[in-house]
Amino acid sequence: MAAGVVTRVLDPYALRGDFPALAQQIRGRPLVYLDNAATTQKPRAVLDALMSFYSTDNANIHRGVHTLSQRATDAYEDVRCTLRRFLNAPDNREIIYVRGTTEAVNLVAASYGSLVLGPGREVVITEMEHHANIVPWQAACERTGAVLRVAPITDDGVLRLDALEAMLSERTAIVCVAHASNALGTVNPIGEITRMAHAVGARVLVDGAQAAGHMKVDVQQLDCDFYAFSGHKALGPTGIGVLWGRMDLLESMPPYQFGGDMIRTVSFEKTTYNDVPARFEAGTPHIAGVIGLGAALEYLSHIGPSAILTHEADLVTYATERLQDVPGLRIVGTAPDKVGIISFTMEAAHPHDIGTIADLQGVAIRTGHHCAMPLMHRLGLAATARASFALYNTREDVDALVRALGHVNNVFA
Amino acid sequence: MSELRELYQEIILDHNRHPRNFRVLNDADHRAVGHNPLCGDQITVYVEMDGDVVKDVSFQGAGCAISKASASMMTDAVKGKTLAEAEAIFREFHHMVTDRPDALPDVEKMGKLAAFAGVCEFPARVKCASLAWHTLLAAIANKPGAVSTE
Repeated sequence: MAAGVVTRVLDPYALRGDFPALAQQIRGRPLVYLDNAATTQKPRAVLDALMSFYSTDNANIHRGVHTLSQRATDAYEDVRCTLRRFLNAPDNREIIYVRGTTEAVNLVAASYGSLVLGPGREVVITEMEHHANIVPWQAACERTGAVLRVAPITDDGVLRLDALEAMLSERTAIVCVAHASNALGTVNPIGEITRMAHAVGARVLVDGAQAAGHMKVDVQQLDCDFYAFSGHKALGPTGIGVLWGRMDLLESMPPYQFGGDMIRTVSFEKTTYNDVPARFEAGTPHIAGVIGLGAALEYLSHIGPSAILTHEADLVTYATERLQDVPGLRIVGTAPDKVGIISFTMEAAHPHDIGTIADLQGVAIRTGHHCAMPLMHRLGLAATARASFALYNTREDVDALVRALGHVNNVFA
Repeated sequence: MSELRELYQEIILDHNRHPRNFRVLNDADHRAVGHNPLCGDQITVYVEMDGDVVKDVSFQGAGCAISKASASMMTDAVKGKTLAEAEAIFREFHHMVTDRPDALPDVEKMGKLAAFAGVCEFPARVKCASLAWHTLLAAIANKPGAVSTE
Protein backbone atom coordinates (compact mmCIF):
# COMPACT_ATOMS: atom_id res chain seq x y z
CA MET A 1 0.00 0.00 0.00
CA ALA A 2 1.53 3.30 -1.06
CA ALA A 3 2.04 5.86 1.67
CA GLY A 4 -0.75 8.36 1.92
CA VAL A 5 -3.37 6.06 0.41
CA VAL A 6 -6.19 5.47 2.81
CA THR A 7 -8.10 2.27 2.29
CA ARG A 8 -11.54 2.54 3.74
CA VAL A 9 -13.04 -0.61 5.15
CA LEU A 10 -16.75 -1.08 4.77
CA ASP A 11 -19.00 -2.49 7.44
CA PRO A 12 -21.55 -4.75 5.73
CA TYR A 13 -23.59 -5.11 8.92
CA ALA A 14 -24.14 -1.36 9.05
CA LEU A 15 -24.82 -1.11 5.29
CA ARG A 16 -27.49 -3.82 5.41
CA GLY A 17 -29.74 -1.39 7.25
CA ASP A 18 -29.80 0.76 4.09
CA PHE A 19 -31.43 -2.04 2.06
CA PRO A 20 -35.07 -2.60 3.05
CA ALA A 21 -35.47 -5.75 0.93
CA LEU A 22 -32.78 -7.56 2.92
CA ALA A 23 -34.82 -7.36 6.14
CA GLN A 24 -37.30 -10.09 5.35
CA GLN A 25 -37.94 -13.73 5.97
CA ILE A 26 -38.21 -16.32 3.22
CA ARG A 27 -40.12 -19.42 4.18
CA GLY A 28 -39.60 -18.54 7.83
CA ARG A 29 -35.88 -17.87 7.57
CA PRO A 30 -33.92 -14.64 7.17
CA LEU A 31 -33.26 -13.86 3.52
CA VAL A 32 -29.66 -14.53 2.44
CA TYR A 33 -29.44 -12.80 -0.92
CA LEU A 34 -26.65 -14.23 -3.08
CA ASP A 35 -28.00 -13.50 -6.56
CA ASN A 36 -26.35 -10.12 -6.99
CA ALA A 37 -24.90 -10.88 -10.40
CA ALA A 38 -28.49 -11.09 -11.64
CA THR A 39 -29.54 -7.90 -9.88
CA THR A 40 -28.60 -6.17 -6.65
CA GLN A 41 -30.99 -4.95 -3.98
CA LYS A 42 -31.57 -1.19 -3.79
CA PRO A 43 -30.54 1.14 -0.97
CA ARG A 44 -33.11 3.48 0.55
CA ALA A 45 -31.28 6.40 -1.11
CA VAL A 46 -32.32 5.05 -4.51
CA LEU A 47 -35.91 4.36 -3.45
CA ASP A 48 -36.13 7.85 -1.96
CA ALA A 49 -34.75 9.44 -5.13
CA LEU A 50 -37.42 7.70 -7.23
CA MET A 51 -40.16 8.65 -4.80
CA SER A 52 -38.98 12.23 -4.57
CA PHE A 53 -38.74 12.62 -8.34
CA TYR A 54 -42.24 11.35 -8.96
CA SER A 55 -43.61 13.25 -5.95
CA THR A 56 -42.14 16.66 -6.68
CA ASP A 57 -40.24 17.03 -9.97
CA ASN A 58 -42.06 14.75 -12.39
CA ALA A 59 -42.19 16.25 -15.89
CA ASN A 60 -40.88 15.43 -19.32
CA ILE A 61 -37.38 16.67 -20.01
CA HIS A 62 -35.94 19.05 -22.61
CA ARG A 63 -37.91 21.78 -24.39
CA GLY A 64 -40.35 22.35 -21.53
CA VAL A 65 -40.49 25.98 -20.41
CA HIS A 66 -42.19 25.29 -17.11
CA THR A 67 -40.46 24.87 -13.78
CA LEU A 68 -40.99 21.14 -13.31
CA SER A 69 -39.60 20.39 -16.75
CA GLN A 70 -36.53 22.46 -15.96
CA ARG A 71 -36.03 20.63 -12.66
CA ALA A 72 -36.44 17.24 -14.30
CA THR A 73 -34.06 18.19 -17.13
CA ASP A 74 -31.43 19.45 -14.68
CA ALA A 75 -31.64 16.32 -12.55
CA TYR A 76 -31.44 14.11 -15.65
CA GLU A 77 -28.43 15.95 -17.08
CA ASP A 78 -26.68 16.19 -13.69
CA VAL A 79 -26.47 12.41 -13.58
CA ARG A 80 -24.41 12.56 -16.78
CA CYS A 81 -21.79 14.45 -14.77
CA THR A 82 -22.00 11.84 -12.00
CA LEU A 83 -21.48 9.14 -14.63
CA ARG A 84 -18.58 10.99 -16.20
CA ARG A 85 -16.85 11.00 -12.82
CA PHE A 86 -17.88 7.38 -12.12
CA LEU A 87 -16.23 6.20 -15.35
CA ASN A 88 -13.58 8.91 -15.48
CA ALA A 89 -14.81 9.76 -18.96
CA PRO A 90 -13.31 12.82 -20.64
CA ASP A 91 -16.65 14.38 -21.65
CA ASN A 92 -20.26 14.37 -20.32
CA ARG A 93 -21.56 14.04 -23.87
CA GLU A 94 -19.94 10.62 -24.19
CA ILE A 95 -22.48 9.24 -21.68
CA ILE A 96 -25.51 7.74 -23.43
CA TYR A 97 -28.48 6.51 -21.47
CA VAL A 98 -29.82 3.13 -22.58
CA ARG A 99 -32.04 0.45 -21.04
CA GLY A 100 -29.11 -1.69 -19.97
CA THR A 101 -25.99 -3.47 -21.15
CA THR A 102 -27.98 -5.42 -23.73
CA GLU A 103 -29.29 -2.28 -25.41
CA ALA A 104 -25.83 -0.69 -25.28
CA VAL A 105 -24.28 -3.63 -27.14
CA ASN A 106 -27.15 -3.66 -29.63
CA LEU A 107 -26.66 0.04 -30.25
CA VAL A 108 -22.97 -0.35 -31.01
CA ALA A 109 -23.47 -3.53 -33.07
CA ALA A 110 -26.18 -1.89 -35.19
CA SER A 111 -24.81 1.63 -35.47
CA TYR A 112 -21.03 1.33 -35.33
CA GLY A 113 -21.39 -2.10 -36.95
CA SER A 114 -23.03 -0.52 -40.00
CA LEU A 115 -19.92 1.63 -40.47
CA VAL A 116 -17.17 -0.93 -40.02
CA LEU A 117 -18.56 -4.42 -40.68
CA GLY A 118 -18.77 -6.11 -44.05
CA PRO A 119 -17.26 -8.96 -46.05
CA GLY A 120 -13.62 -9.50 -45.09
CA ARG A 121 -14.10 -7.87 -41.69
CA GLU A 122 -14.14 -9.72 -38.37
CA VAL A 123 -15.65 -9.34 -34.91
CA VAL A 124 -13.76 -11.07 -32.10
CA ILE A 125 -15.56 -12.16 -28.92
CA THR A 126 -14.60 -14.70 -26.25
CA GLU A 127 -15.95 -18.06 -25.14
CA MET A 128 -17.04 -16.63 -21.80
CA GLU A 129 -19.38 -13.95 -23.15
CA HIS A 130 -22.97 -13.48 -22.01
CA HIS A 131 -25.58 -13.93 -24.76
CA ALA A 132 -25.95 -10.12 -24.77
CA ASN A 133 -22.39 -9.82 -26.08
CA ILE A 134 -22.74 -12.68 -28.55
CA VAL A 135 -26.11 -12.50 -30.27
CA PRO A 136 -26.05 -8.81 -31.35
CA TRP A 137 -22.67 -9.46 -33.01
CA GLN A 138 -23.85 -12.69 -34.58
CA ALA A 139 -26.82 -10.82 -36.06
CA ALA A 140 -24.62 -7.92 -37.21
CA CYS A 141 -22.25 -10.36 -38.92
CA GLU A 142 -25.14 -12.10 -40.67
CA ARG A 143 -26.43 -8.75 -41.85
CA THR A 144 -23.13 -7.44 -43.15
CA GLY A 145 -21.18 -10.54 -44.21
CA ALA A 146 -18.55 -10.06 -41.52
CA VAL A 147 -17.13 -13.07 -39.66
CA LEU A 148 -17.56 -13.74 -35.94
CA ARG A 149 -14.47 -15.22 -34.28
CA VAL A 150 -14.33 -16.60 -30.77
CA ALA A 151 -11.23 -16.43 -28.57
CA PRO A 152 -10.84 -19.54 -26.39
CA ILE A 153 -10.50 -19.86 -22.62
CA THR A 154 -8.64 -22.38 -20.48
CA ASP A 155 -10.46 -25.03 -18.44
CA ASP A 156 -9.96 -22.77 -15.41
CA GLY A 157 -11.93 -20.04 -17.14
CA VAL A 158 -9.05 -17.76 -18.05
CA LEU A 159 -9.05 -16.00 -21.42
CA ARG A 160 -6.18 -17.25 -23.60
CA LEU A 161 -4.52 -13.96 -24.49
CA ASP A 162 -2.03 -15.64 -26.80
CA ALA A 163 -4.85 -17.15 -28.84
CA LEU A 164 -6.75 -13.87 -28.82
CA GLU A 165 -3.71 -12.00 -30.08
CA ALA A 166 -3.13 -14.57 -32.81
CA MET A 167 -6.72 -14.03 -33.94
CA LEU A 168 -6.29 -10.28 -34.40
CA SER A 169 -5.38 -8.83 -37.78
CA GLU A 170 -6.12 -5.86 -39.98
CA ARG A 171 -9.43 -7.64 -40.68
CA THR A 172 -10.53 -7.22 -37.06
CA ALA A 173 -13.05 -4.40 -36.73
CA ILE A 174 -13.89 -4.74 -33.05
CA VAL A 175 -13.10 -6.91 -30.03
CA CYS A 176 -16.02 -7.39 -27.64
CA VAL A 177 -15.21 -8.74 -24.22
CA ALA A 178 -16.64 -8.91 -20.71
CA HIS A 179 -14.80 -6.94 -18.04
CA ALA A 180 -15.85 -9.75 -15.69
CA SER A 181 -17.61 -12.99 -16.62
CA ASN A 182 -21.10 -13.36 -15.17
CA ALA A 183 -20.87 -17.15 -15.13
CA LEU A 184 -17.27 -17.66 -13.96
CA GLY A 185 -16.32 -14.45 -12.18
CA THR A 186 -13.13 -14.15 -14.24
CA VAL A 187 -11.82 -10.59 -14.56
CA ASN A 188 -10.31 -10.03 -17.99
CA PRO A 189 -7.16 -7.94 -18.51
CA ILE A 190 -8.87 -5.18 -20.49
CA GLY A 191 -5.74 -3.00 -20.68
CA GLU A 192 -3.80 -5.81 -22.35
CA ILE A 193 -6.65 -6.57 -24.72
CA THR A 194 -7.06 -2.95 -25.82
CA ARG A 195 -3.31 -2.69 -26.40
CA MET A 196 -3.41 -5.78 -28.66
CA ALA A 197 -6.56 -4.66 -30.48
CA HIS A 198 -5.37 -1.11 -31.04
CA ALA A 199 -2.10 -2.45 -32.42
CA VAL A 200 -4.06 -3.84 -35.39
CA GLY A 201 -6.40 -0.87 -35.62
CA ALA A 202 -9.40 -2.63 -34.02
CA ARG A 203 -11.78 -1.10 -31.49
CA VAL A 204 -12.73 -2.60 -28.13
CA LEU A 205 -16.17 -2.81 -26.53
CA VAL A 206 -16.24 -3.82 -22.86
CA ASP A 207 -19.31 -5.43 -21.29
CA GLY A 208 -19.01 -4.01 -17.78
CA ALA A 209 -22.24 -5.46 -16.36
CA GLN A 210 -20.43 -7.47 -13.67
CA ALA A 211 -17.68 -4.94 -12.98
CA ALA A 212 -19.34 -1.53 -12.59
CA GLY A 213 -20.20 -0.97 -8.95
CA HIS A 214 -17.83 -3.70 -7.82
CA MET A 215 -14.50 -2.10 -8.73
CA LYS A 216 -13.15 1.21 -10.03
CA VAL A 217 -13.91 1.59 -13.73
CA ASP A 218 -11.69 4.13 -15.45
CA VAL A 219 -12.34 4.13 -19.19
CA GLN A 220 -9.23 6.23 -19.86
CA GLN A 221 -7.00 3.84 -17.98
CA LEU A 222 -8.64 0.80 -19.61
CA ASP A 223 -8.17 2.66 -22.92
CA CYS A 224 -11.24 0.91 -24.36
CA ASP A 225 -13.50 2.47 -27.02
CA PHE A 226 -16.94 1.54 -25.68
CA TYR A 227 -17.99 0.59 -22.15
CA ALA A 228 -21.47 -0.67 -21.26
CA PHE A 229 -23.15 -1.43 -17.95
CA SER A 230 -26.57 -1.86 -16.34
CA GLY A 231 -27.82 0.30 -13.49
CA HIS A 232 -29.74 -2.47 -11.74
CA LYS A 233 -26.63 -4.58 -11.16
CA ALA A 234 -25.02 -1.59 -9.43
CA LEU A 235 -27.74 -0.81 -6.84
CA GLY A 236 -29.78 1.27 -9.32
CA PRO A 237 -33.25 0.75 -10.82
CA THR A 238 -33.99 -1.72 -13.60
CA GLY A 239 -34.46 -0.41 -17.13
CA ILE A 240 -31.60 2.06 -17.09
CA GLY A 241 -28.03 1.54 -18.23
CA VAL A 242 -25.14 3.36 -19.78
CA LEU A 243 -23.13 3.27 -22.94
CA TRP A 244 -19.90 5.22 -22.86
CA GLY A 245 -18.11 5.73 -26.16
CA ARG A 246 -15.25 7.83 -27.46
CA MET A 247 -16.56 11.14 -28.74
CA ASP A 248 -15.04 10.84 -32.22
CA LEU A 249 -16.61 7.40 -32.68
CA LEU A 250 -20.03 8.44 -31.37
CA GLU A 251 -20.02 11.48 -33.66
CA SER A 252 -19.33 9.28 -36.67
CA MET A 253 -22.16 6.87 -35.85
CA PRO A 254 -25.67 6.94 -37.35
CA PRO A 255 -28.71 6.93 -35.04
CA TYR A 256 -29.90 3.61 -33.63
CA GLN A 257 -33.54 4.51 -33.00
CA PHE A 258 -35.55 7.34 -34.49
CA GLY A 259 -38.17 9.67 -33.07
CA GLY A 260 -38.49 12.64 -30.79
CA ASP A 261 -35.53 14.27 -29.06
CA MET A 262 -32.93 12.77 -31.40
CA ILE A 263 -33.68 15.25 -34.20
CA ARG A 264 -32.69 18.83 -34.95
CA THR A 265 -35.22 19.60 -37.68
CA VAL A 266 -37.86 17.44 -39.29
CA SER A 267 -39.76 17.92 -42.52
CA PHE A 268 -41.50 15.26 -44.58
CA GLU A 269 -38.63 15.48 -47.05
CA LYS A 270 -35.65 15.41 -44.72
CA THR A 271 -34.65 15.13 -41.06
CA THR A 272 -31.41 16.34 -39.58
CA TYR A 273 -30.21 14.61 -36.46
CA ASN A 274 -29.30 16.03 -33.10
CA ASP A 275 -25.80 16.02 -31.63
CA VAL A 276 -24.38 13.30 -29.38
CA PRO A 277 -25.72 12.15 -26.92
CA ALA A 278 -29.29 13.24 -27.82
CA ARG A 279 -28.91 11.56 -31.22
CA PHE A 280 -28.90 8.19 -29.41
CA GLU A 281 -31.71 8.95 -26.95
CA ALA A 282 -34.88 8.87 -29.05
CA GLY A 283 -38.18 9.27 -27.25
CA THR A 284 -38.90 9.99 -23.60
CA PRO A 285 -36.16 8.20 -21.69
CA HIS A 286 -36.37 6.51 -18.28
CA ILE A 287 -36.00 9.83 -16.46
CA ALA A 288 -36.75 8.44 -12.99
CA GLY A 289 -34.38 5.56 -13.68
CA VAL A 290 -31.58 7.97 -14.53
CA ILE A 291 -32.18 9.87 -11.30
CA GLY A 292 -32.31 6.63 -9.31
CA LEU A 293 -29.07 5.51 -10.96
CA GLY A 294 -27.49 8.82 -9.97
CA ALA A 295 -28.43 8.14 -6.35
CA ALA A 296 -26.99 4.62 -6.58
CA LEU A 297 -23.69 5.92 -7.93
CA GLU A 298 -23.47 8.57 -5.21
CA TYR A 299 -24.09 5.84 -2.63
CA LEU A 300 -21.39 3.62 -4.18
CA SER A 301 -18.83 6.39 -4.44
CA HIS A 302 -19.46 7.37 -0.82
CA ILE A 303 -18.42 3.85 0.22
CA GLY A 304 -15.60 3.77 -2.29
CA PRO A 305 -14.79 1.24 -5.04
CA SER A 306 -11.63 -0.02 -3.36
CA ALA A 307 -13.45 -0.80 -0.10
CA ILE A 308 -16.13 -2.67 -2.07
CA LEU A 309 -13.55 -4.57 -4.10
CA THR A 310 -11.64 -5.58 -0.95
CA HIS A 311 -14.80 -6.69 0.84
CA GLU A 312 -16.11 -8.77 -2.05
CA ALA A 313 -12.67 -10.31 -2.63
CA ASP A 314 -12.62 -11.34 1.02
CA LEU A 315 -16.01 -13.02 0.62
CA VAL A 316 -14.83 -14.91 -2.48
CA THR A 317 -11.70 -16.12 -0.68
CA TYR A 318 -13.70 -17.16 2.36
CA ALA A 319 -16.43 -18.86 0.30
CA THR A 320 -13.91 -20.66 -1.90
CA GLU A 321 -12.31 -22.07 1.25
CA ARG A 322 -15.57 -23.02 2.96
CA LEU A 323 -17.01 -24.65 -0.15
CA GLN A 324 -14.06 -27.08 -0.26
CA ASP A 325 -15.68 -28.73 2.76
CA VAL A 326 -18.91 -29.54 0.91
CA PRO A 327 -18.56 -33.12 -0.38
CA GLY A 328 -18.89 -33.47 -4.14
CA LEU A 329 -18.79 -29.73 -4.82
CA ARG A 330 -16.69 -28.41 -7.67
CA ILE A 331 -16.08 -24.74 -8.31
CA VAL A 332 -16.41 -23.83 -12.01
CA GLY A 333 -14.07 -20.96 -12.89
CA THR A 334 -10.91 -20.72 -10.84
CA ALA A 335 -9.16 -17.77 -12.45
CA PRO A 336 -6.71 -15.99 -10.15
CA ASP A 337 -8.50 -12.67 -10.63
CA LYS A 338 -12.25 -12.90 -9.94
CA VAL A 339 -15.15 -10.66 -8.97
CA GLY A 340 -17.60 -11.80 -6.28
CA ILE A 341 -19.04 -14.68 -8.31
CA ILE A 342 -18.72 -18.39 -7.57
CA SER A 343 -20.21 -20.94 -9.95
CA PHE A 344 -20.32 -24.55 -8.83
CA THR A 345 -21.74 -27.97 -9.45
CA MET A 346 -22.44 -30.80 -7.03
CA GLU A 347 -22.10 -34.50 -7.76
CA ALA A 348 -25.27 -35.40 -5.90
CA ALA A 349 -27.66 -32.85 -7.31
CA HIS A 350 -28.61 -30.94 -10.42
CA PRO A 351 -28.23 -27.14 -10.08
CA HIS A 352 -32.01 -26.71 -10.22
CA ASP A 353 -32.47 -28.93 -7.19
CA ILE A 354 -29.63 -27.13 -5.40
CA GLY A 355 -31.41 -23.81 -6.05
CA THR A 356 -34.76 -25.00 -4.74
CA ILE A 357 -33.31 -26.55 -1.58
CA ALA A 358 -31.20 -23.43 -0.91
CA ASP A 359 -34.34 -21.28 -1.31
CA LEU A 360 -36.09 -23.39 1.33
CA GLN A 361 -33.27 -22.29 3.65
CA GLY A 362 -33.82 -18.66 2.69
CA VAL A 363 -30.70 -18.62 0.50
CA ALA A 364 -31.24 -17.05 -2.94
CA ILE A 365 -28.79 -18.29 -5.57
CA ARG A 366 -29.09 -18.59 -9.33
CA THR A 367 -29.07 -21.83 -11.29
CA GLY A 368 -28.98 -22.51 -14.99
CA HIS A 369 -26.83 -21.57 -17.95
CA HIS A 370 -26.56 -17.91 -16.88
CA CYS A 371 -27.25 -16.71 -20.43
CA ALA A 372 -23.94 -18.22 -21.48
CA MET A 373 -24.96 -21.42 -23.28
CA PRO A 374 -21.83 -21.52 -25.49
CA LEU A 375 -19.66 -21.26 -22.37
CA MET A 376 -21.58 -24.09 -20.67
CA HIS A 377 -21.12 -26.16 -23.82
CA ARG A 378 -17.38 -25.38 -23.82
CA LEU A 379 -17.16 -26.56 -20.19
CA GLY A 380 -19.26 -29.66 -20.88
CA LEU A 381 -22.01 -28.58 -18.47
CA ALA A 382 -25.74 -28.01 -18.90
CA ALA A 383 -25.92 -25.65 -15.96
CA THR A 384 -24.26 -24.50 -12.75
CA ALA A 385 -25.39 -23.05 -9.45
CA ARG A 386 -24.04 -19.56 -8.81
CA ALA A 387 -23.59 -17.49 -5.67
CA SER A 388 -22.70 -13.83 -6.21
CA PHE A 389 -21.88 -11.16 -3.68
CA ALA A 390 -22.53 -7.49 -3.11
CA LEU A 391 -21.23 -5.01 -0.57
CA TYR A 392 -23.93 -5.93 1.97
CA ASN A 393 -23.10 -9.64 2.09
CA THR A 394 -21.30 -11.10 5.09
CA ARG A 395 -19.31 -14.18 5.98
CA GLU A 396 -22.44 -15.38 7.78
CA ASP A 397 -24.22 -15.36 4.41
CA VAL A 398 -21.51 -17.70 3.12
CA ASP A 399 -21.97 -19.92 6.19
CA ALA A 400 -25.72 -20.06 5.49
CA LEU A 401 -24.97 -21.11 1.90
CA VAL A 402 -22.62 -23.85 3.09
CA ARG A 403 -25.27 -25.11 5.53
CA ALA A 404 -27.91 -25.10 2.77
CA LEU A 405 -25.60 -27.13 0.52
CA GLY A 406 -25.20 -29.58 3.40
CA HIS A 407 -28.97 -30.07 3.23
CA VAL A 408 -28.68 -30.71 -0.49
CA ASN A 409 -26.26 -33.53 0.20
CA ASN A 410 -28.52 -34.89 2.95
CA VAL A 411 -31.54 -35.01 0.64
CA PHE A 412 -29.66 -36.66 -2.21
CA ALA A 413 -27.27 -38.83 -0.19
CA MET B 1 -38.00 -28.71 6.29
CA SER B 2 -41.45 -30.20 5.71
CA GLU B 3 -41.82 -28.38 2.36
CA LEU B 4 -38.54 -29.88 1.29
CA ARG B 5 -39.72 -33.40 2.08
CA GLU B 6 -43.03 -32.69 0.40
CA LEU B 7 -41.24 -31.76 -2.82
CA TYR B 8 -38.47 -34.34 -2.68
CA GLN B 9 -40.51 -37.34 -1.60
CA GLU B 10 -38.72 -40.64 -1.20
CA ILE B 11 -40.33 -42.07 -4.33
CA ILE B 12 -39.15 -39.07 -6.38
CA LEU B 13 -35.61 -39.41 -5.06
CA ASP B 14 -35.74 -43.13 -5.84
CA HIS B 15 -36.85 -42.57 -9.45
CA ASN B 16 -34.16 -39.90 -9.81
CA ARG B 17 -31.48 -42.29 -8.61
CA HIS B 18 -32.83 -45.30 -10.49
CA PRO B 19 -34.91 -44.05 -13.41
CA ARG B 20 -37.20 -46.71 -14.92
CA ASN B 21 -37.39 -47.27 -18.68
CA PHE B 22 -34.25 -45.19 -19.04
CA ARG B 23 -33.04 -46.44 -22.38
CA VAL B 24 -33.35 -46.09 -26.13
CA LEU B 25 -36.40 -48.00 -27.41
CA ASN B 26 -35.29 -49.74 -30.57
CA ASP B 27 -38.83 -50.58 -31.66
CA ALA B 28 -40.06 -47.03 -31.15
CA ASP B 29 -42.31 -45.74 -33.90
CA HIS B 30 -42.60 -42.30 -32.30
CA ARG B 31 -40.05 -40.11 -30.62
CA ALA B 32 -39.59 -36.46 -29.69
CA VAL B 33 -37.00 -34.28 -28.01
CA GLY B 34 -38.05 -32.01 -25.14
CA HIS B 35 -36.00 -29.06 -24.03
CA ASN B 36 -36.19 -26.78 -21.01
CA PRO B 37 -34.25 -23.67 -22.03
CA LEU B 38 -34.45 -22.39 -18.48
CA CYS B 39 -31.91 -24.93 -17.27
CA GLY B 40 -30.60 -26.56 -20.44
CA ASP B 41 -32.27 -29.88 -19.64
CA GLN B 42 -33.06 -32.13 -22.55
CA ILE B 43 -34.88 -35.45 -22.79
CA THR B 44 -35.86 -37.76 -25.60
CA VAL B 45 -39.05 -39.82 -25.25
CA TYR B 46 -39.48 -42.99 -27.31
CA VAL B 47 -42.90 -44.57 -27.84
CA GLU B 48 -44.07 -47.77 -29.47
CA MET B 49 -47.79 -47.62 -30.24
CA ASP B 50 -50.05 -50.58 -30.88
CA GLY B 51 -53.03 -48.98 -32.53
CA ASP B 52 -54.32 -46.60 -29.93
CA VAL B 53 -52.39 -48.13 -27.05
CA VAL B 54 -48.98 -47.14 -25.68
CA LYS B 55 -47.34 -50.54 -25.96
CA ASP B 56 -43.94 -49.41 -24.69
CA VAL B 57 -42.32 -46.13 -23.74
CA SER B 58 -38.85 -45.06 -22.60
CA PHE B 59 -36.72 -41.96 -22.21
CA GLN B 60 -33.14 -40.73 -22.22
CA GLY B 61 -31.52 -37.48 -21.26
CA ALA B 62 -30.28 -35.33 -18.43
CA GLY B 63 -32.13 -33.13 -16.02
CA CYS B 64 -32.90 -32.24 -12.45
CA ALA B 65 -34.36 -34.69 -9.98
CA ILE B 66 -37.90 -33.48 -10.58
CA SER B 67 -37.76 -33.77 -14.36
CA LYS B 68 -35.98 -37.11 -14.33
CA ALA B 69 -38.30 -38.66 -11.74
CA SER B 70 -41.33 -37.25 -13.55
CA ALA B 71 -40.19 -38.81 -16.83
CA SER B 72 -39.49 -42.10 -15.13
CA MET B 73 -42.84 -42.27 -13.31
CA MET B 74 -44.65 -41.12 -16.44
CA THR B 75 -43.32 -44.07 -18.41
CA ASP B 76 -44.63 -46.41 -15.70
CA ALA B 77 -47.98 -44.63 -15.61
CA VAL B 78 -48.81 -44.61 -19.32
CA LYS B 79 -47.53 -47.98 -20.41
CA GLY B 80 -50.53 -50.06 -21.57
CA LYS B 81 -52.85 -47.05 -21.56
CA THR B 82 -54.71 -45.70 -24.57
CA LEU B 83 -53.73 -42.29 -25.88
CA ALA B 84 -56.96 -40.82 -24.49
CA GLU B 85 -56.21 -42.32 -21.06
CA ALA B 86 -52.65 -40.97 -21.13
CA GLU B 87 -53.93 -37.51 -22.04
CA ALA B 88 -56.45 -37.65 -19.20
CA ILE B 89 -53.71 -38.55 -16.70
CA PHE B 90 -51.62 -35.62 -17.92
CA ARG B 91 -54.58 -33.24 -17.56
CA GLU B 92 -55.01 -34.34 -13.95
CA PHE B 93 -51.26 -34.16 -13.36
CA HIS B 94 -51.03 -30.68 -14.84
CA HIS B 95 -53.96 -29.49 -12.74
CA MET B 96 -52.28 -30.92 -9.65
CA VAL B 97 -48.89 -29.20 -10.21
CA THR B 98 -50.15 -25.85 -11.48
CA ASP B 99 -53.51 -24.96 -9.96
CA ARG B 100 -52.77 -25.43 -6.25
CA PRO B 101 -55.94 -27.47 -5.91
CA ASP B 102 -57.73 -27.22 -2.59
CA ALA B 103 -58.26 -30.94 -2.36
CA LEU B 104 -55.47 -33.44 -1.97
CA PRO B 105 -54.73 -35.35 -5.17
CA ASP B 106 -56.99 -38.27 -5.93
CA VAL B 107 -54.54 -41.07 -5.22
CA GLU B 108 -56.81 -43.59 -6.84
CA LYS B 109 -56.75 -41.68 -10.12
CA MET B 110 -53.17 -40.43 -9.91
CA GLY B 111 -51.46 -43.40 -8.33
CA LYS B 112 -47.80 -42.77 -7.58
CA LEU B 113 -47.91 -39.53 -9.58
CA ALA B 114 -49.63 -37.96 -6.55
CA ALA B 115 -46.10 -37.63 -5.15
CA PHE B 116 -45.69 -34.57 -7.41
CA ALA B 117 -48.44 -32.62 -5.65
CA GLY B 118 -45.76 -30.67 -3.74
CA VAL B 119 -44.56 -29.09 -7.00
CA CYS B 120 -47.46 -26.61 -6.98
CA GLU B 121 -45.73 -24.79 -4.11
CA PHE B 122 -42.73 -24.23 -6.42
CA PRO B 123 -43.99 -22.52 -9.59
CA ALA B 124 -40.45 -22.32 -10.99
CA ARG B 125 -40.34 -26.12 -11.03
CA VAL B 126 -43.61 -26.83 -12.85
CA LYS B 127 -41.76 -26.92 -16.16
CA CYS B 128 -39.39 -29.53 -14.79
CA ALA B 129 -42.31 -31.75 -13.80
CA SER B 130 -44.21 -31.38 -17.06
CA LEU B 131 -41.39 -31.52 -19.64
CA ALA B 132 -41.58 -35.30 -20.12
CA TRP B 133 -45.35 -35.21 -20.54
CA HIS B 134 -45.27 -32.50 -23.20
CA THR B 135 -42.57 -34.46 -24.98
CA LEU B 136 -44.54 -37.71 -24.82
CA LEU B 137 -47.65 -36.15 -26.31
CA ALA B 138 -45.60 -34.44 -29.03
CA ALA B 139 -44.01 -37.79 -29.89
CA ILE B 140 -47.37 -39.53 -30.21
CA ALA B 141 -48.74 -36.63 -32.25
CA ASN B 142 -45.75 -37.05 -34.58
CA LYS B 143 -44.18 -33.71 -33.74
CA PRO B 144 -40.60 -34.91 -33.52
CA GLY B 145 -39.10 -31.41 -33.55
CA ALA B 146 -37.87 -30.06 -30.26
CA VAL B 147 -40.58 -29.40 -27.69
CA SER B 148 -39.86 -26.42 -25.48
CA THR B 149 -41.25 -25.55 -22.09
CA GLU B 150 -40.87 -21.84 -22.84
